[in-house]
Amino acid sequence: MDMTVNTQPASSPERAKEEARKIIAIEDLSLVFETNDGPVNALSHIDLDIHAGDFVSFIGPSGCGKTTLLRVIADLERQTEGSIQVDGTSPEDARLNRLYGYVFQAPGLFPWRTIAGNCKVPLEIFGMSKEQQQRHVDKYLELVGLGDFHKKFPWQLSGGMQQRASIARALSFEPELLLMDEPFGALDEITRDHLNLELLKIWRETRKTVVFVTHSIPEAVLLSTHIVVMSPRPGRIAKIIKSPLPRERTLEDRESPEFIALAQEVREALANDHRIN
Amino acid sequence: MFKSLHKSQAAALTLMVLALLVLWYLGALWLNSDLLINGYERRNIDWSFSQLLADAYSMKRPLLPTPDQIAAELYKSIFDTKISSKRSLVYHTGITLSSTLLGFLMGAVLGIVLAIGIVHNRTLERSLMPWVITSQTIPILAIAPMIIVVLGALNFTGLVPKAIISMYLSFFPVTIGMVKGLRAPDKLHMELLATYSAKPGEFFWKLRWPTALPYLFASLKIAIAASLVGAIVAELPTGAQGGLGARLLSGSYYGQTVQIWAALVVAAVLGAVLVALVGMMERKINRRMGIAA
Repeated sequence: MDMTVNTQPASSPERAKEEARKIIAIEDLSLVFETNDGPVNALSHIDLDIHAGDFVSFIGPSGCGKTTLLRVIADLERQTEGSIQVDGTSPEDARLNRLYGYVFQAPGLFPWRTIAGNCKVPLEIFGMSKEQQQRHVDKYLELVGLGDFHKKFPWQLSGGMQQRASIARALSFEPELLLMDEPFGALDEITRDHLNLELLKIWRETRKTVVFVTHSIPEAVLLSTHIVVMSPRPGRIAKIIKSPLPRERTLEDRESPEFIALAQEVREALANDHRIN
Repeated sequence: MFKSLHKSQAAALTLMVLALLVLWYLGALWLNSDLLINGYERRNIDWSFSQLLADAYSMKRPLLPTPDQIAAELYKSIFDTKISSKRSLVYHTGITLSSTLLGFLMGAVLGIVLAIGIVHNRTLERSLMPWVITSQTIPILAIAPMIIVVLGALNFTGLVPKAIISMYLSFFPVTIGMVKGLRAPDKLHMELLATYSAKPGEFFWKLRWPTALPYLFASLKIAIAASLVGAIVAELPTGAQGGLGARLLSGSYYGQTVQIWAALVVAAVLGAVLVALVGMMERKINRRMGIAA
């Protein structure tokens, strides 16, 4: 297998500059869905900055607009008010520039394509050469631990493996930003823990910016550099918590006092908000 | 266990066929005996049941021929006759088959094109769909001679007008099936491609078309059977010189019931073979698309 793809680990001074760069800037953003039962305030006056290299989790009860916010970043929904800039441009231009890879809650693999074939879908659309496609697919399937499953069809894989394949697909065209909508929500806890660690590893190795939607407090605390606590009706940001934990984390860190304190802070932010409602 | 299941299935099938044969022979006796008894009485012949039995199963123009008569006729007109001869069923089958296949191809293409238009354009859906449905409410027997006459005036004769009638019948299931199939993709898959800023053509080839393929094959099976019916119907009212329809028609002109039944059997077998061929193609494609058979 050819593993000579350049990963371009940025040198450290550049890295510092990178980290200061705002990759997502959201200002006073609101989104109202017009439904048959009248307007629904899905998002209300959101202000949020995400910097390159961050791992940001949106957490909150269902209906708090966390997925909607992610979809606005991905240009799958449009805000009705306010502004959003993704990498200095509109979400639409960011999408056209292939800035982000999106991982859905379900793997969403095409059943008629092999795992490798699924990872090639975006690469084909982006007009990559066949050899380059193969190199990228080899590299990223290896990275998510599916190196031996190129020729398998999705139904031959477990749910966790399918979701890994969908992460490889999102990484395959090397986007700077990874948008993940409860990617592990449908998996059992053991698989979930495992994939969380792998995601952390991938995040550290590839230096991506990750925006991650979840409703699991331990998952948010384990993964994130910033936790955005959201609350429903109307969907808004209740609190943004910066994690004091180091970037290198293990499952055992969940027993550490810092981790427990952070989880407690998230829990309180969620609970406080519920009391207001 | 599967083997015994297989065995019992085969046994049930044999039993069914045997029961049908018995019924058929009883029916032939019942239907043909009136004609025979009348004949006996007209000629003042003393007849016995055994004579009636022998005669009922060996009439030249029976009301209902027996399976062995049909089999003999089939053997004669398939194996004992030169293929180029007008008495050869192979010759007639070839004629019907060619317009069936041409009509099927045209119908499949037309059906798919209409479905693509309908799926991609709301105006087309509103304007086309009622016509597509109306087209199928017109009895094909009523419209077939007109199509043949009109096309004949435009110097289209022979294969093409018959194929057009086949097409008329076969495009419909393809359109209906493909409209449903092309609309079948998951919202998730559609959004996934949207995140890649895929163009309409990419949506079509990477997602809509593969999703629609199972629907297409279900439709094609109906379409090819309808095509065969269309080809035979097209041969009926037009005095066509060849084809299974012509064979049926000349058989009924001259009271050649055995000939009619032989043509019917060939048409039925042909239909079954064509549908099975489409099924084989489907399985082949399914395997390539990773769907466990």
